[in-house]
Order: sequence, then C-alpha cells, then structure tokens
Amino acid sequence: MTVNELIEKTGYRPLNVSSGYREISGIYNCDLMSVVMSKGFAGAAWVTIMANINAVAVAALTDMAVIVLSEGAALDSVMVEKAKIQDINVVQSDKPIFETSLEIYELMQNA
Amino acid sequence: MLSLSYDLHIHSCLSPCGDNESTPANIVGMAYVKGLDVIALSDHNSSKNCAVAKEVADAYGVTLICAMELTTSEECHVLMLMPSLEKALELDEYVHQRIMPIQNSPELFGEQLIKNSDDETVGIEDTLLISATSISFSQAFPLAESFGGVALPAHVDKSTTSVISNLGFIPPDSTFKSFEMKNISRLEEFRSGYPYLQSCKAITNSDAHYLQDINEPVNFLHAEEKSAAAVIEALRHPSILQE
Repeated sequence: MTVNELIEKTGYRPLNVSSGYREISGIYNCDLMSVVMSKGFAGAAWVTIMANINAVAVAALTDMAVIVLSEGAALDSVMVEKAKIQDINVVQSDKPIFETSLEIYELMQNA
Repeated sequence: MLSLSYDLHIHSCLSPCGDNESTPANIVGMAYVKGLDVIALSDHNSSKNCAVAKEVADAYGVTLICAMELTTSEECHVLMLMPSLEKALELDEYVHQRIMPIQNSPELFGEQLIKNSDDETVGIEDTLLISATSISFSQAFPLAESFGGVALPAHVDKSTTSVISNLGFIPPDSTFKSFEMKNISRLEEFRSGYPYLQSCKAITNSDAHYLQDINEPVNFLHAEEKSAAAVIEALRHPSILQE
C-alpha cells in the first residue's frame, strides 16, 4: 500500500505529501525520538504524537515512508516547512495511536 | 538588591538547530548592544562554546552564565546554569559520557560548530547533541546542585520536550524552585493546573536560535550582585525574586 492509497482509504489529513508513491513496508510506534533514531526503519508508517521539527529529521534519517500524527497531534508550521524541504510525507489522524496503527495494519493485510 | 535584565536561554551554532550566525561572540555582542545585564549560553547537552562566550562577555562587561539545556532520559529539557566555566566544562564532560552515541547528520539536523572569539570554526561536535541522555528529570536537579549550579525545567508550557508535555505532571519528588515559561502570559493557567508551580519563581527567556530572537531587556530578576553565582543563588530562593 502506498501513502497515497493510505490517505484515500482512511481520510487522514495530508499535511505534506510530496512523495505519495512511497510504499509502506510496516508500522512503527514510538514517542521518544532517541529510540526512534535507532529503531525506526525504511518504509515505515510511523504512528506518533511527536509533532515537532526533529520528528521530520528522524524520519528522513531512517527513510520512513510517512509520519502519521495521531490523536490529532497539534501541528507545528515549522515542521511542515521542514517536511517539504526534506521530502517527508506527514499525515494527521484524529484517532489514538493504537486505533490508527490497527487501521493501517488491517488495510495492509487486505492490500 | 540589584534588578538585572536577563535572557538565560540562548543557543549558539553548536546546537544543531542554532543558526550559524549565532556564534558565541555575536550572541554576547548582541546582548551588549541590547543592554542585557545577564545572559546564559545554553546549547543542547554541551557547554563547549561557553569558554569563548565567557572570554568575550568579560571584555564587554556582560555577565555570562555558562549553561546547557539538558535532554533528560524522558526527553524533557532542563536548563542547567553553572557558577563558573570550570564547573560548566565538568558538567559538559559528565553529560557527554551519558548521551546516546548517535552521530550527527549535519544535512538533516544542522551543523554543530565550536567557535573562537573571531567567529572561526575551531571544532565540530560529531555526536548529535539533541539526543537524550541517561540522566532522568528528577536526577537533573541534584546534579546541577552538585556542580554548584541550579536547574530549571525549560519551557514548561511547550507542547513538546517539556516536563508537562512528556511526563504529564510535575513529579511529586521535585525540588526545583524556579521554572521557565515560553509564553509567560499563560502563567496563571499553568499555576492552577500544576499547583507545585505556585511556590516557584517563573522566568521567561527567548530560547533564541537566531540572533534577532534574543530578548530585549524587558525581563528582570533580583540578585545580590551582578554575577553568575548571585543569579544562581536567587533562582534557588524565589522569595527574593521579583515576579
């Protein structure tokens, strides 16, 4: 499933989608940046509440497919600018982390 | 008792997110031009630009507190204000041994530059300085005291990297007596939501990552004299501080 397909199927709000063709390889959950830095993986849909500029840098570092801000995590405008510059997809879900992750998981199973 | 204008949270080009124009010499020069009495250089998890900042500050007559903004294991930010350059460098060494050994990627996070008083780059920090350390939030305060300094929870009203955003509460074993607000107009909201803060002094700083963001001399605190040690002492005893 690509990031574009994810948005189409879930209605998550696209905050920056500059490479929607990216294929999602799996789901990753964590809200501590230093752990994400060592455990995040390429192609991940990273479901998190970490809405800050460093989240974008860490997603770039680990080559994740998309940051899925959940719980309607408040948006930082600097983060969106940074996401555009570093070509990182960011979408927003109003659901909690578990429900959001489960939704993506089920879509991936049925893809 | 003196009334001192202050800005105790300023980042230099050593912080990856700090602008490269924010050299220690430029920061001190800006503080001098603005007429600030006391500033603190507080890079993420490092005091390695404090030596040159202190040298320039002494020449300008600006009181500089050698400091750092510690990232705790919970990724809460805590300002660590040290009484001297020597103590700041000891703390720097202590923290450096306890930070996650992750290499900086300058193109993603930004450069981490150590400067001399002529703004020339004399060193580059390779370890990513914004990472977490193994020092917990509760450990940070006695740690600062053990170096003769004082620690303050940074920007408690910020939606990320603050004690409240990351822990959700003020730990009941807390001992701090002063804290930092990013937006001081929200002070009453935070004091009523987190009663521990009612007995503490609130200060507000720029958290400047760019030279132009350093505060004007509009915030004041009271100290016995214009020195790092006196400001640290004042922040330990909020009753003698002006609201």
